[in-house]
Amino acid sequence: MQSSASLIWVFALPFAGSLLPLVFARRGRSFIAGAAAVGPAIALALLLQAMPAVFQGEAPRFSAPWVPALGLDFSLRLDGWAWLFATLILAIGLLIILYARYYLSADDPFGRFFSMLLLFMGSMLGIAVSDNLLLLIFFWELTSLSSFLLIGYWNHRADARAGARMALAVTGMGGLALLGGALVLREMTGTLEISVLNTLGPQIREHALYPVALTLVLLGAFTKSAQFPFHFWLPNAMAAPTPVSAYLHSATMVKAGIFLLARLYPALSGTDAWFYAVGGTGLVTLVFGAYQATFRHDLKGLLAYSTISHLGLITLLLGLDSPLAPIAAVFHILNHATFKASLFMAAGIIDHETGTRDMRRLGGLWRAMPVTGALALVAAAAMAGVPFLNGFLSKEMLFAETLATERGGLVAFLVPLAATAAGIFGVAYSTRFIHDVFFNGPQKELPREPHEPPRWMRIPVELLVVICVLVGIVPQVLVGSVLDVAGSAVIGAAPPQYSLAIWHGFNLPLLMSGVALAGGVAMYFWLQSRSLHAHVGSAWTGHGLFEKLIHGLDRGSRAFTSITTDGRLQRQVVVIALVTVAAGFVPMLAGMPGRSLSATTPVNLIAIVGWAVLVLATVGVLAAHRQRLTALILTGAAGLIVSAAFAYYSAPDLALTQLVVEVAMTLLMLLALGRLPAESPRESSGLRKLRDGAVAVFCGAGMGGAAWWMMTRDGPSISAEHILRSVPEGGGTNVVNVILVDFRGFDTFGEISVLVTAALGIVALLSQGSGMPGPVTQDREPALAMLSRVILPPTLLVSMYIFLRGHNLPGGGFIAGLVSGVVIAMLGIGSGQAWRHAAVRIDFHRVTATGLAIAALTGLGAWVFGRPFLTSAHGPVPIPLVGELHLATAALFDLGVYLVVVGIVMLVLDSLSARPERAA
Amino acid sequence: MELLLASAIGLLAGAGVYLSLRGRTFPVVLGLTFVSYAVNLFIFVAGGIRLDAPPIVGAAAAMTDPLPQALVLTAIVIGFGMTAYLVVLAIRLRAADGHDHVDGDGEAGR
Repeated sequence: MQSSASLIWVFALPFAGSLLPLVFARRGRSFIAGAAAVGPAIALALLLQAMPAVFQGEAPRFSAPWVPALGLDFSLRLDGWAWLFATLILAIGLLIILYARYYLSADDPFGRFFSMLLLFMGSMLGIAVSDNLLLLIFFWELTSLSSFLLIGYWNHRADARAGARMALAVTGMGGLALLGGALVLREMTGTLEISVLNTLGPQIREHALYPVALTLVLLGAFTKSAQFPFHFWLPNAMAAPTPVSAYLHSATMVKAGIFLLARLYPALSGTDAWFYAVGGTGLVTLVFGAYQATFRHDLKGLLAYSTISHLGLITLLLGLDSPLAPIAAVFHILNHATFKASLFMAAGIIDHETGTRDMRRLGGLWRAMPVTGALALVAAAAMAGVPFLNGFLSKEMLFAETLATERGGLVAFLVPLAATAAGIFGVAYSTRFIHDVFFNGPQKELPREPHEPPRWMRIPVELLVVICVLVGIVPQVLVGSVLDVAGSAVIGAAPPQYSLAIWHGFNLPLLMSGVALAGGVAMYFWLQSRSLHAHVGSAWTGHGLFEKLIHGLDRGSRAFTSITTDGRLQRQVVVIALVTVAAGFVPMLAGMPGRSLSATTPVNLIAIVGWAVLVLATVGVLAAHRQRLTALILTGAAGLIVSAAFAYYSAPDLALTQLVVEVAMTLLMLLALGRLPAESPRESSGLRKLRDGAVAVFCGAGMGGAAWWMMTRDGPSISAEHILRSVPEGGGTNVVNVILVDFRGFDTFGEISVLVTAALGIVALLSQGSGMPGPVTQDREPALAMLSRVILPPTLLVSMYIFLRGHNLPGGGFIAGLVSGVVIAMLGIGSGQAWRHAAVRIDFHRVTATGLAIAALTGLGAWVFGRPFLTSAHGPVPIPLVGELHLATAALFDLGVYLVVVGIVMLVLDSLSARPERAA
Repeated sequence: MELLLASAIGLLAGAGVYLSLRGRTFPVVLGLTFVSYAVNLFIFVAGGIRLDAPPIVGAAAAMTDPLPQALVLTAIVIGFGMTAYLVVLAIRLRAADGHDHVDGDGEAGR
């Protein structure tokens, strides 16, 4: 690895490679699998190239800021532990690709499988090399998602879909807890860089928030690594294709939780809380998983619970406070990945060749499948902890470490005892895996006639089994240095002296191994004699509880929904209005902020007259709301007073806008009235009116009271900055317009996008117009036709003027757009649509789109000059004959706004005034 | 003056809520228009009420707060878009169901 930046390629190559299987999805199966292997193979070569440096204790690191405000940096680091984990992911991944090529049947979508597998691989590698906790969590969630997709790969099967959902729910919730833990850690230390966190161990452990952070991180790790009581998703995930089970649910993804525990070992470990939480959970999971595995009849079920047990074993090792325990944990991660992946693949071969995984139907397969049988035998022996195989060594280390604890009393006694008990069960289920499948009487009736699998399907199993044997015989030579490097990276210091050897003399750990082996074999045959095959699993499972929980949540939310809404708008509006009023009162309970009273403005006659007209109009609408035309006219009157109020209280822009909107709105509603009944029926009961009136009084009093309080108190203004910068930076004296098109241009951009969306909705609603009641207006309104044609040119001119002066004086794109739109639409209303279309040959859909595009491009233009989106520039622009004109790019943006508004007014009024085609 | 404005806002809001609680689409649209008037005025007066102080640099001796005005300006235009959409929805409802009751049942107007 030449530079630390090439660390990115370790996970970027599998991510990029995930496209290849999709591109070549129509090619042959070997071709697709080969294409899938390219990315991981190169990534593995990169890791091997980096090996000498890493083994000398170097840790290449790459860091680039990503979202610094959140503490999220793109930090990667390849120390010994990351290297070991990444190598494991890639090496096993390549074997799985080879295996899956033969495992999947011709009907399965090949390209999709390998693509998802590579996505998962890239995410796992991201976890391995991340040095930023948030970045790690990002990849962590990606593994949950890709695992969801892979478990549900056979999406026609209900059990696959249910298993995928459950895995996502459990690991996803754990991921949220982990995110919380990361944020707490950041609160405690101010950093999220893992390598920094690991130097702050003492500070973290003494912090008051340590228990919170520890709990949250452990929840994340335990759910991911299927620790009791979160283990239940793993057996259900066995609905996945076997390559997925072998890869995700035994060798890699479930190790991610343990990887994280080891990754944060220097930061979090070394307290009583850690010892009891991690060690205790590991111990329970170890024993529980081993016990459950013995009684599974499904081969993959047995392996799933055995995996849970072994994950518990590793967790237990990480929890123990003896110095060598983490080294043993790293060693067992390696060993478990080799023997368990090969066992899963063997189970897949048996399933593939016989058509069943049920051990009650299997048996006597040794004659038909001697090679597979021998391979499975060796791997199962490694799982059981038979000497001369890798599993023996790490199990022996476990036994030794359980004895090495310095805690006295119950712990010193209970932990070794429980570990031995789990060892006995471990031997029992390992024996069962071999005896119940390959021996135990003659071969039974099977769905398929069994025979050995294709040559290449066995290769990955053979390779892994060879590793099991070699590591078991010459451990120091093969993995001694790897363990040193990875172990010291986990502990954060040089590991203590230890020896990787088969023979340590007659001692207590050896005795425990012996007891486990003899006891396990004896227990298995005893169980068989007591009709093990008739055993029925207990109903009390985590799975059942999970289902109950989900069901309960579902029912609860349904009940809550039915209380708050009955599907009727009127009820809902009442609820919304009352909740809003209540929400307005809640802050007052805590007392009003102490603000000084401000001077009131004296009343004058104009204001009183305006107020009286407004009151009359509003009361008039309330009284006459069933006569719709009258109500509409009175509403317009109220709107005019509002507009006048804006003008009177120094808001000329608002006054203009309100005025034009009022015109457009009245026009719109008049057109709409042509298609709606002219009167509302009298249907509300007196009681109903009383209730609505009470709600209305509450709302009105609340709002009026709040307005009065606000107006009569002094408050700080945040606008000084806007006013100060308007001319020098925005290039305009009309501060409101400068705010709209420059300071808060992004808001405005969002707003015109909303307008465009609304217009699209309107056009879509009106275009499917079968059975639409026609407008009552005639095609031609002679007076309006004449008037609209006469006023068109001067009004357009005025709107141009309003637009151009907008940056410095009241006006701008919104107002000008409304004016132009309304006056063009009047043509259609007065003279009929046919005439209008002939006279104005403009496609207003296009106008709207052009406006939005101009606004967006103006914003993007700032990028060309290396500025953020929508940064404006302004300055004098020489124009021939006219002289110099002061222009701002914001004017271009305003032009976009103008076009959008014109287009929308036209689209809406046009489609409403168009005479619909009569059906037949 | 403050009392005049506050009472006007309260009246507009109350009228708006009452009208939105009616059973037919047209008064509901009018009600939302009134609620918009009230809310826009409310946000506007948050900037304080000043006479002869338009937010234009150099136009007058004093300047009122421009920010609420900018917010209200967009609110007015968005309100127009929303009302237009509602009106069309009401027309569609009538075309589809033959009546204009908000809950889709013309007879049972409880």
